[in-house]
Amino acid sequence: MAEPVALKLTQKDFKSDQEVRWCPGCGDYAILAAVQSFMPELQIPRERTVFVSGIGCSSRFPYYMNTYGMHSIHGRAPAIATGLSVSRPDLSVWVVTGDGDALSIGGNHLIHALRRNVNLKILLFNNRIYGLTKGQYSPTSELGKITKSTPVGSADSPFNPLSLALGAEATFVARTIDSDRKHLQSVLRAAAEHQGSAFVEIYQNCNIFNDGAFETLKDPSTRDEYLIRLEHGQPITFGADGQRCVVHPPGGFGLEVRETASVDPADIVVHDATVAEPAYAFALSRLPGLDLRNTPIGVLRQVQRSSYDERVREQTETAKAKATGSPEDQLAGLLTSGDTWTIL
Amino acid sequence: MTKQVRQLDRVVIRFAGDSGDGMQLTGDRFTSETAQLGNDISTLPNFPAEIRAPAGTLPGVSSFQVHFADYDILTPGDAPNVLVAMNPAALKANIGDLPRGADIIVNTDEFTKRNLTKVGYAVNPLEDGSLDGYALHPVALTSMTIGALADHAVSKKDAERAKNMFALGLLSWMYSRPYESTIRFLERKFASRPELVAANIAAFKAGWNFGETTEDFGVRYEVKPARMRPGTYRNITGNQALSLGLVAAGVRSGLPVFLGAYPITPASDILHELSKHKRFGVTTMQAEDEIAAIGAALGASYGGSLGITTTSGPGVALKGETISLAVALELPLVIIDVQRAGPSTGMPTKTEQADLNMALFGRHGEAPVAVVAPRSPSDCFFAALEASRIALTYRTPVILLSDNYVANGSEPWLLPEVDSLPDLRVEFATEPNGDDGKTFLPYLRDPVTMARPWAIPGTPGLEHRIGGLEKADKTGDISYDPANHDFMVRTRAARIEGIPVPDLEVEDPDGDARTLVLGWGSTFGPIGAACRALRQRGLPIAQAHLRHLSPMPANLGEVLKAYDRVVIPEMNLGQLAHVVRARYLVDAIPYNQVSGLPFTAAKLESMLEEVVKNG
Repeated sequence: MAEPVALKLTQKDFKSDQEVRWCPGCGDYAILAAVQSFMPELQIPRERTVFVSGIGCSSRFPYYMNTYGMHSIHGRAPAIATGLSVSRPDLSVWVVTGDGDALSIGGNHLIHALRRNVNLKILLFNNRIYGLTKGQYSPTSELGKITKSTPVGSADSPFNPLSLALGAEATFVARTIDSDRKHLQSVLRAAAEHQGSAFVEIYQNCNIFNDGAFETLKDPSTRDEYLIRLEHGQPITFGADGQRCVVHPPGGFGLEVRETASVDPADIVVHDATVAEPAYAFALSRLPGLDLRNTPIGVLRQVQRSSYDERVREQTETAKAKATGSPEDQLAGLLTSGDTWTIL
Repeated sequence: MTKQVRQLDRVVIRFAGDSGDGMQLTGDRFTSETAQLGNDISTLPNFPAEIRAPAGTLPGVSSFQVHFADYDILTPGDAPNVLVAMNPAALKANIGDLPRGADIIVNTDEFTKRNLTKVGYAVNPLEDGSLDGYALHPVALTSMTIGALADHAVSKKDAERAKNMFALGLLSWMYSRPYESTIRFLERKFASRPELVAANIAAFKAGWNFGETTEDFGVRYEVKPARMRPGTYRNITGNQALSLGLVAAGVRSGLPVFLGAYPITPASDILHELSKHKRFGVTTMQAEDEIAAIGAALGASYGGSLGITTTSGPGVALKGETISLAVALELPLVIIDVQRAGPSTGMPTKTEQADLNMALFGRHGEAPVAVVAPRSPSDCFFAALEASRIALTYRTPVILLSDNYVANGSEPWLLPEVDSLPDLRVEFATEPNGDDGKTFLPYLRDPVTMARPWAIPGTPGLEHRIGGLEKADKTGDISYDPANHDFMVRTRAARIEGIPVPDLEVEDPDGDARTLVLGWGSTFGPIGAACRALRQRGLPIAQAHLRHLSPMPANLGEVLKAYDRVVIPEMNLGQLAHVVRARYLVDAIPYNQVSGLPFTAAKLESMLEEVVKNG
């Protein structure tokens, strides 16, 4: 990532001259504003920031950022961004994608970017619907979802994006919500600081085709009951008065939610995002039910592992360090290597 | 005994055996010895896609043909003068290609009842008189090798495996080849196991000495060095030459090279080769699939690298959407298609030229790209440089159509001076280009090349967004304006059509030919050999060969119209012929072969003779 320099940047500097064309009321506006107002604090010059996207509503994002940007093809942004990031370590490369883009047509590229730990910040706007194609179910739509392409309900089981990323052993996995700017920015901050792939799922409302999908997580009257706000080093309790908590059930594999009053405080899990084994974060990702109760937000996992970029660069630099002579001389040497013969 | 030495001007030898018999290596070594001697050479490996098909079966036969001569040759030869058959399957699979009188050296140890039955020989062909028309040399290769290594500290299995070196020793003696390079090779190959170095050298020498002492081989042959242009040579396959060309393109452009590739036969060797050259700033990425491979290459190009992806036909099909994106983004990208026989998986180790239509037209929308094709193994080096030059200068995807025949075939290559290679340096945009001195217009074109500025991320003041949506002329903003789209589609076509490429040269030594034979890509050798043969017999014929298939040379129409008849031989069902007929309204005669094998010069010669005499 780029070295910080003293820059006087504001939110305005990150706004491009293009008219934003999402539907009025779309959650993407809130995310765009949050990203634009957050970018100055990274102290990375605009020219060294690149947003790469695929196809979908969210993938229009790069047009609105006054940085370098590429609106590419459906599902392929992680692959394209990988080539850019590996060849240009001086850049801060962000991928903006959606649930269809990243998890359906581009699922392969997403998991491979994560397992390689490419130095990318991947923002997945999850609205659990296909918006740009006008309302078909997506790979995160709930089973039985009635849409234009599933008039009697979808027969597909959805992906849990966090579980998927953790299965690929992503080194940074987090979730946040479009409408909670403060939380969103705190997650972006942590993602930006992470070396390697940072995967951030952002619950985003599509007010046209899937309005209110995450309403229980946003409504002040329900959100405290539904959301688990993870904080590193803190016991995991939630509810308006912390009346519920997360424990390791004896003899079980995962984590479970209990009434705080009913458990020994020493048994409450203290959140540690740095646990090397992804099974812990995976167990956190499995807590929510179909009704979104017990949805963890925040950073589930943040571990250090060398990035693909670093490993590739190290190989190149080691090879270059051993080479002597100008590139032309080296090329002449390469051409004449092996069995040669000379005709006079 | 004193052996007679006979001079020959050319010889074609085919080494054939089981996939596990080491025939490719044996052929390679014989080729290298022959190169050292200074003959002109052309080689053709032919092997199954199966890594180890069941031993002793027809599908498991692997062969390597080498043609060498004291003059310049163009093909690996139509028919072998000598067949080395390591087992009954190798004999059966290859006997049909041999002219009567050819030498056949067979490993009699493998002609057991079981092995004969396996390939459907009811009686032993070595004994039933069916090979009477040939010069048959029965040699107990396996048992003699084991015998020669009796005192060596190697297992019986390792001793048996050295039988290919015995065969190589024998052939090296027969054709008076210098063997020092093979000794050095064995010392390198088995450096960690000195006992195998000794055993293989001993097997080689046993084969050599067997030739010298046995009465079965009464004649030894010599093929004098060919008169070749002065300089330093090496023997090179098309895939090796192509890899070196890409490294050279990096050096000559001063840009880092980024290869995104997914393993696929017969292109994987380019990935293997380039992964060895990191010191040149070459990054290779084995991607998760073909689409990611080209995506990563395009991402690297966007960042200022020379982005390259290597594949074969099925991979190009998967990459189509990204090639179209690169057409819209107008970024440099080199796509290498080492063609193989299709459709679908087809015959992955066999050759074909049937991806021309896909290269020219195989994308959605109007998505023109430049297309080039090498004509011979060593020409792959220059074709790679040319593809890179066009990509970098004109900011466009370029498809390079190699094929299995040139990729795995080899020939001597007169090594070029690095300084003589094209200068591929490019200039990235660094300043705003708008009239106001502040605005950057990413789609404002260079008036000469029609290329847009290559403004790479990291350049202050030139921040801009590009994408697959239609762009407004100059500004690059998203545009749905009908007139703009019409303009942009035509501009993208015109800028490819406007790339200057060298005029087509016609070879017609006496200038009296009325028939032109037009080819492209790897058919150059067999077409050239056929034309030479016809001319030697007093039949005039003109030959022209296309390197640039998009855009085509400006004088092509004129050339075509100068002849009464135009014949277009291709290893497909007439793809170039179709384009030529459509574009130039010339009644070209297609001549097609899709057997997975290259044309033989003899077949082309008789076909062209018909046209010249009766056309």
